[in-house]
Formats: sequence, C-alpha cells, structure tokens
Amino acid sequence: MSTPPDLHDLSVVDLAAKLAAGDVSSVEVTQHFLNRIKSEQLGAFLALDADVSLAQAKAADVRLAAGERTPLLGVPLAHKDVFVTRDFATTAGSKMLANYRSPFDATVVSKLAQAGMVSLGKLNCDEFAMGSGNENSAYFPAKNPWDTRRIPGGSSGGSAAAVAARLTPAATGTDTGGSIRQPASLTGITGIKPTYGRCSRYGMVAFASSLDQAGPMARSALDCALLLSAMAGPDLDRDSTSLDMPAVDYATDLIAARAYKTGDSAPKHPLKGLRIGLPKQFFGAGCAPDVLLAVRSALAEYEKLGATLVDVDLPLTELSIPVYYVIAPAEASSNLSRFDGVRYGHRAAHYTDLNDMYKKSRSEGFGDEATRRIMIGTYVLSHGYYDAYYLKAQKIRRLIAQDFQTAFTQCDIIAGPVSPTVAWKIGENKADPVANYLADIYTLSSSLAGLPGMSVPAGFGEGGMPVGLQLIGNYFKEAQLLGAAHQYQMVTDWHDKKPGASS
Amino acid sequence: MSQATHVLLDKLVNGYEVVIGFETHTQLTTQSKLFSRASTSFGAEPNTNASAVDFALPGALPVMNKGAVQRAIEFGLAVNGHIAESSVFARKNYFYPDLPKGYQISQFEIPVVQGGAVEFFLEGEKKTVRLVRAHLEEDAGKSLHEDFADMTGIDLNRAGTPLLEIVTEPDMRSTAEAVAYAKELHKIVTWIGICDGNMQEGSFRCDANVSVRKPGQPLGTRREIKNLNSFKFMQQAMDYEVRWQIEQIEDGHAIQQATVLFDPDTGETRSMRSKEDAADYRYFPDPDLPPLVIGRDWVEKTRAEMSELPRVMAARFVADYGLPEYDAGQLTQSKAMAAYFEAVAAASKQPKLASNWVMGELSKRLNSDEKAIESSAVSSLQLARLIERIADSTISNSAAKQVFDALWTGESTDVDAIIDAKGLKQISDSGELEKIIDTVLAANAKNVEEIRAGNTKAMNALVGQAMKATQGKANPAQVNALLKKKIG
Amino acid sequence: MALTTQDIARVANLARLELRPIEVERVLGQLNGFFKLVAQMEAVNTDDVEPLAHPAAILGDVALRLRDDLPSEPNQRDISQRSAPAVERGLFLVPKVIE
Repeated sequence: MSTPPDLHDLSVVDLAAKLAAGDVSSVEVTQHFLNRIKSEQLGAFLALDADVSLAQAKAADVRLAAGERTPLLGVPLAHKDVFVTRDFATTAGSKMLANYRSPFDATVVSKLAQAGMVSLGKLNCDEFAMGSGNENSAYFPAKNPWDTRRIPGGSSGGSAAAVAARLTPAATGTDTGGSIRQPASLTGITGIKPTYGRCSRYGMVAFASSLDQAGPMARSALDCALLLSAMAGPDLDRDSTSLDMPAVDYATDLIAARAYKTGDSAPKHPLKGLRIGLPKQFFGAGCAPDVLLAVRSALAEYEKLGATLVDVDLPLTELSIPVYYVIAPAEASSNLSRFDGVRYGHRAAHYTDLNDMYKKSRSEGFGDEATRRIMIGTYVLSHGYYDAYYLKAQKIRRLIAQDFQTAFTQCDIIAGPVSPTVAWKIGENKADPVANYLADIYTLSSSLAGLPGMSVPAGFGEGGMPVGLQLIGNYFKEAQLLGAAHQYQMVTDWHDKKPGASS
Repeated sequence: MSQATHVLLDKLVNGYEVVIGFETHTQLTTQSKLFSRASTSFGAEPNTNASAVDFALPGALPVMNKGAVQRAIEFGLAVNGHIAESSVFARKNYFYPDLPKGYQISQFEIPVVQGGAVEFFLEGEKKTVRLVRAHLEEDAGKSLHEDFADMTGIDLNRAGTPLLEIVTEPDMRSTAEAVAYAKELHKIVTWIGICDGNMQEGSFRCDANVSVRKPGQPLGTRREIKNLNSFKFMQQAMDYEVRWQIEQIEDGHAIQQATVLFDPDTGETRSMRSKEDAADYRYFPDPDLPPLVIGRDWVEKTRAEMSELPRVMAARFVADYGLPEYDAGQLTQSKAMAAYFEAVAAASKQPKLASNWVMGELSKRLNSDEKAIESSAVSSLQLARLIERIADSTISNSAAKQVFDALWTGESTDVDAIIDAKGLKQISDSGELEKIIDTVLAANAKNVEEIRAGNTKAMNALVGQAMKATQGKANPAQVNALLKKKIG
Repeated sequence: MALTTQDIARVANLARLELRPIEVERVLGQLNGFFKLVAQMEAVNTDDVEPLAHPAAILGDVALRLRDDLPSEPNQRDISQRSAPAVERGLFLVPKVIE
C-alpha cells in the first residue's frame, strides 16, 4: 500500500483537514511518520514504540469514524522527554532516569491526547533541560537537519530537529530561558513560550520552577496556535502556579485571517497600528551581522504590513544573564534533590553507606552541566551567600519585569533576534560552558519576567543556517503574538523552506 | 518585669538557673495531607497512603489543603497569636531517605501564626509561656530499622502529613514548668480539635531546648532533646540533661551545641550522630507555592464559630460558680469533663460540691479503671442527684461514697433506691436525736465536765459516741449542734 | 569573591555529589569564571526593591489556591514502585541509617 509522498510536508491544519475529509487515516499518517523516524540520523528521538503509537492512531480513527471533527484529531506529534508519559519511558535526557516509567501522564500530554493527537515517541533534549545545544543529553547529541555537523539548539533540540526534518508535524517543547525559542530559531521552525502559568507544569520534570513553561513547536504560527489552544488552560487541582484563566482558542482568528487574505478585499496593511519595539540592547555589537541582517529584513516586512517600529530601552538586558544563572540553578539544585537513588532512578551498584550511595548514584547519574548547575545553585543558596546572590537576583528580576512594563507603554510587541549567532558546530563550545550562557542574552529577560515569546523563521545567515525573529508580548498576549507571526508568514515563505537533511 | 528576667531563686538547681524552650510538632486532624490528596489514616500498609506528590515522582507538584490552614487559624486564635495576612512556604533542603523530595516544605521567615502565649498553673502559681510562632510544615516518612539486616525500610505514609510546629520563647525556668506547659498545650490542641493528641502514635512530639546558667549570666549553650513523646519521659529526660550539663560545667567542660535523644531504658540523653552540614538548610521561598493569604473575614468567621476556649471557660467557672482558679483549671482539662461538670452543677445547683466530686471521687475512679469521662459509669444526672441528697442532708458524705460505689458498679442506677435499700438515710429528726444524745450525755458525765471546763477535744469523743449509737446515720452537724446546746 | 577547593568540597557535600580531584579543579575554574559574571549584579541598586518570587506577582498579588480536605488519592503503591531500585514488603530499602 503506497502512502501519499507529501504527508510529512503538510501542516498540522492541513493534515487535520485531510483526516477529517477521510482522505487518509490516522493509522496511515502515523505509520508514514514512524517509517521516516526509523531511518533518522539526527538523534532526535529517545523513545519509540510503534505499537503504542498505532494503537493511539486506531483510537483516533474510531473517533473520526464516529463523526468527531476537532482540530487536532488523528494528527501525530512527539513529546520532549521532560514530559512524563505512562506509555513511554521518560529520561529527561539523563542517565539518572534511564528506563523510568511514570505512573501518570503530564497534564499537557493528557490534554493533547484528549484532543486526539497521536504520540510518535519522546524527543531528545539537554539533560534536565539544561543547555542550549542538546549536547548535554546523556545519550547522544541531536543534530541540525540544515547542517548535521551543527547543533539544533537546546534544550528542546530533539523537538526542533524532528519538526524541521519533517519527522513529526509538531512537537512539544519547554522553555525556561529560551529552550523553545532558540532551537526554533536555529532550525528554522516556529515555536512559542506562553505566559508563565498558561500551561500546566504538572508532569514536566522540573528544572527551574518559576521559569519553566511548556509550548508548541511546529512549522507555522497557525499550527502552533492549534496546539497551544489544546495545551494551555488552568490546571487548578494539580499545579498551584497554573493561572486561573480560561483556555483560549488561538487558531480560529488566524484561520479566518488566512481566508480573508486570499480574498479580493484583503487589507493592504493588516498590522496597521501595531507598534513594534526594538530594544537597542538587542541590536548591538554582541549580535552577529548575518543575524541582524535577517532580523532587519523581517522587520522591514512588518513595516510593509503596516506596523510601526519604535526604539525601546531594556537597560538590564546584559544583567539578565547572571540573574537567570543564579535563580535557575538555585531552583534546579533543589528540584534535583529528589534524584537520590531511593525510590526510582539510577542507584549506584557499589557503595559503602547511605551517604556514599547518594553521592555515587547522583554523580553517576548526572552529567557535567547538571552537576555544574547543582553546584552553582547550592552555593548561591548556602549560608552567607543567599542575600548577595539569590535574593539580589530576585530583586533585579523585578526591575527587569518593570522595565518591560515601561517598554510596553511605548509598544505592543518587542522584537529582535533570538540568538546572537546561527547554530554553531557540535563540540565547538564545550571547552567553556559558561560562554554558552552568554548566548542566551536575548531570551532570558522575558523568561525572568514570565512574558510570552515566539521565534519565527526570518531568513538565513552564515553557512545557510536559519535565523529566527523573536517576538515578545505582554502578559497573556499570545493571540497577538501568533497573529503578528501569522500575518508575516502569509507574505513570506521562510517557514516553508526544507532542509536538505530531512531524509 | 518579664518572666525571662525574673530569676526564681527557689527553682535553682545547684545554684544554676534552668532555661528551657520547647518546639512541639502537632499532627493536624485533616483527612488528607498538607500538599497531597493521599489519606492521613493511621496504620495503613506501607506506602499505600501516598500519591505521586508524596513519592516525589518527577513532575509532581504541591497543592495546599484548606483544612490545614483552617486549623492553623484556630490555633492562632486559641493562643491569642497574630494570624499573618500573608505567609510564605519555604523549602528546607537536606538529604534523608524519609524525605522524598530532598527538601521539606515548611515556613521560614514568615509563618502563619506569630506570637501568642500559653497560660497555666504550676503549684498554684500562674505561668505564662510566650510563643514565638507556629507554622505549617509537612511531616517526613518513617524509617524502619529492625526488620532488615543491614538495610532500612522506608515507609512514606506519614510523609506529607500536615504538622503545626509551635515554638516557645525560652521562658521556662524548671523542668516541672516545661512539662506543665506541654500538658497545657496538649489540652489546647485537643480541646479545639486540631490534633488528636495521641502521643504513642506520634501526633504530639516535643523537642526541648535546655541550657543552664548562673543567675545574671548570659544564656548558656543549649542542647536539644528531640522527639519526646510522653510527659513522663519529658520530665526524666530534662532532669537528666540539666544534671548532666551542670556536671560538665562544674568539671570545667564547655557545653557544645548538640541534638540529643533520650533513651528511656538508661534514663540518659545522648548526642545524635553529628549533623553539622544539615544545619545549612538553604531555605528559599518555594517557587511552586504562591503566598498563603488569609483574609480577616476568614479569621473573624473562625473566631465566631470557635467553641469556648479552656481558659475562658475556667474564668467563667470562677466568676459564675465561685470556684477557685485551681478547681476551674482542673475541670477544664477537657471539653468532656467541663461539660460533665456543668451538667452536674446545673442539675444539682451545687457547683462547689459538683466540683469536689468530679475532681475527687469521679476522677479517682476513672483513673483507676483507665476510663475516659465519656465512658463514665455514673452519669452526670446521677451524680447530680447524689449531690442533691448530700446538700439536703438526706445522706452524709461517707454514705454518699457508698451510693457512688453502687452506681459505679452498676448495682443500681437510682440514687434514692440505693439510699433506701442500704438504709443510708441520715437521722435528722431532732426528737430522735435528742433522745440518743441525752443517753450519751448521761453515760459520759465526766466528758461533759471537761467540756464545760474548756477542753473542746472531749467533744469529739461524745460526737463519736453519738454517731456509734446511731450506726453512723446521725447528721453529724446536727449532733454537734444539739450537744453544744445541751452542754451549754 | 573567589572560591576555593574547600568551598567546592563543602558545596559538593551539601549536594551529595562526588567530584574526583581533577573534576574539582575544573569545576573550580568554571565556577570562578561564572562568579565573576555574577559580580556584575552588585552594580545595580536594589534598595527598597522586593524580590520577585512569582512572575505573575508583577501584575498584582498572587495568592495560594486552597483545595478541600478530601483524601481522593487511592493506593497506588505498585505502579509507583515499579521503577524502584530496591523494594521489600512495600518498603523502599536503603543502606541502614544510624541515627
């Protein structure tokens, strides 16, 4: 039986339409992707189970046959391996959790399953979501489909690589300091980190509790909107930081805009009135010229769409690096204490007593970056240092958030690059891990403030590598961000480009 | 002058002043745990009262139990403490197998209850122990050492159970005072129903911080005696520790801060394995939990709905029934006892007698039979009737004891029937008594002479004779009065 | 504020991590580089600034949600212990703890 050759080039919305029309079954679609994944060389997947995936696809087909027509029914996706799943092992990219089987599903996973999506498997990531290149995965690095010698970004590197290479139509990721936006930028796909508290953190292996957020990664803003509509929403019974705000349909307006666009009376300047703020700190010497070029071209397109560009000031941008790298490791050092070899996870084979068991199990289970961050986090919380480091950082955090509020009195959306460079070569930055931290400069401050942020493919830079445009919105303004990205994607086709290495 | 600066010279031990502060962990009577929906029921099979949150599985998150907050508010009101409008949960980080997350969720800088005080009587003297704070935190699991050769078994059923930790100022100046404080605190938390007070099951656990100093000197280094779960052991442990510290100082050794355990078999306290690093708990506000906000409405609603507190009730007993403070304190040792007393007082209209009988004969009998007042074999109405018969002189006090016995053993439930059956009625008939007294006077002329000469002691012999002549049934007061009248 | 190998040892112990001497040296260098970066925070005046523990708090007071006191989680021991390294009679086993 032959499968349509271009199933993997279809967007989520178009796949859903085909399934709804009965042109293809979920089992066929799922099998199609499973076949592609079998021969993948990108290190994108950590866990696969065809039986599980096909069983879910069958169930979706039953629902379709019964007449159900919901936006994601029968469409496959894959989950970043920090979301716990009952049906697949969850490792969080770490040896510490090798073969760990959770007795429950993450809320985000359940919601997407309820929406009828089919799990293709679990995606590679930096260990415990700590990293910007997926090189910190304890299993193997993931590779950028545009140039397999380069990183796909991190920590949601597997998610980005899989979506860019058309191994899955969409993926879930998590973003703590940029881990959805940066890999999306480096692989030429679209990703959004919503406002902190929009998506439930229940079932996400915790890295930094006041920063972690789940979000969708796909090949268009519209696809992201469809997924976010299902993923977001209050989880009041299980997550005390989940916002008590009703779930939003992010997609209907975008679909309507798309239909409108193709008509005769489509507006010439659909984004008229939209003020886009450009922080001067995002456009300085620290950003590579090829990146700036792509970003400025994208901004020119936005002007053509009717938007106005204004200068804004985010003076604490550089300080967001030490602030983030004090707060996130501090929270992580505490969150990772539960990995002690007692109730689950890796336990050393040889030890002399309890403390030795703890030390050996943890040292064997954690990689270098996780170890480093636990050390930093433990230090900044320890007696005598708490005020100067942790408390100080949380105070500057408030100032950073206030600076954004000031900026948002002058603009509606803030824009700039996601990453100072395009994807670098695997192994290039291993020698000085702290240098890696500096590359997070454009995404950290919005994470600290809890603001929503997106990465939208905006062109290419050095070596033919993708460059992403970052859009940062005010709290709860995901619809505005997705709308602005969608309008841009209707007049450009960066997001439709295919990497050569998408087997 | 605050109690802390007033040196009680008569409480000095070998010339040293004893300074004690308490930290008490009370398990709250909620159905579910502090941050998880697992049950808090006692005695379940290991690890069956535990959810993903209690196992600290990856991705699990805490969700706060309203019932625990309610109980914290009730406690704060009971001790006249301040209920914080906003309090913060913090992580206390350390590694131990019965601590699944590797941190305990507790409260550090801003607890839910601040200040307050506990008042009680010690040897007739009123004492006030000030509270620093009371905060909510989760209990740890249990370690079982005995059953496995060189391993320890971990049961997380208890992990996550809500605790209210109650901390005092170092206001206590004797081990007896400390035990009295603990008993009063135990009464308060069980009275208001926030804790079942079952010390064997670990519902009420005290840590005693003990130090000594020469009067006028700064506070000595304290050692902490952990996990005292019986009043008897509390007393023993602290007495030993005080003597031990004094001996050390007299021998020229400085006291090192330490955590110690009491060994009931040896009667000694000994230092636990050193936990220096454990002292760096790296407290920080738990990012998974926004601040706990308690509106004044909630506090006032709770205040209005709380039943009368023991101290308030005791004050009322003093005012309304004219009882001494000590009696009032005894009668309000539990809600059940107070209710019983009031029922007896109301039915008999004899509060003083009611108080004497409840505190005396009834309590004695309940203790020796190891019964709670709720299971008293003598009902409040029966006791009230008994007291009425004493008050109206139908029976004497000693006869009343016999009636009580009969009620207690279930011989009968009817006071009057027992009095008749046993022929316990006092002889109060003047005419009958006069005849008997005349007989007694006639037979004891010599005593009569002595009494008239001023020897009042000789009266007792005559009373005794009269009582004998009436087989104890004479009303002694009347006998006395009649004798006096006749003798002159 | 330069760290020493003693600091590394203390922190590693608090975190129950074991670093080989060569790792200690490497981590020491990395952390010292890191803390040079962190020292930049001192330049910012944060007098009278409250720490921002919860991002949503920038918009207004956030309050902890309270749930009703109902024990609705059933016994889930077996499925929860299926990834346990050592279990006997329902108890997690660890090397004997001496109090």
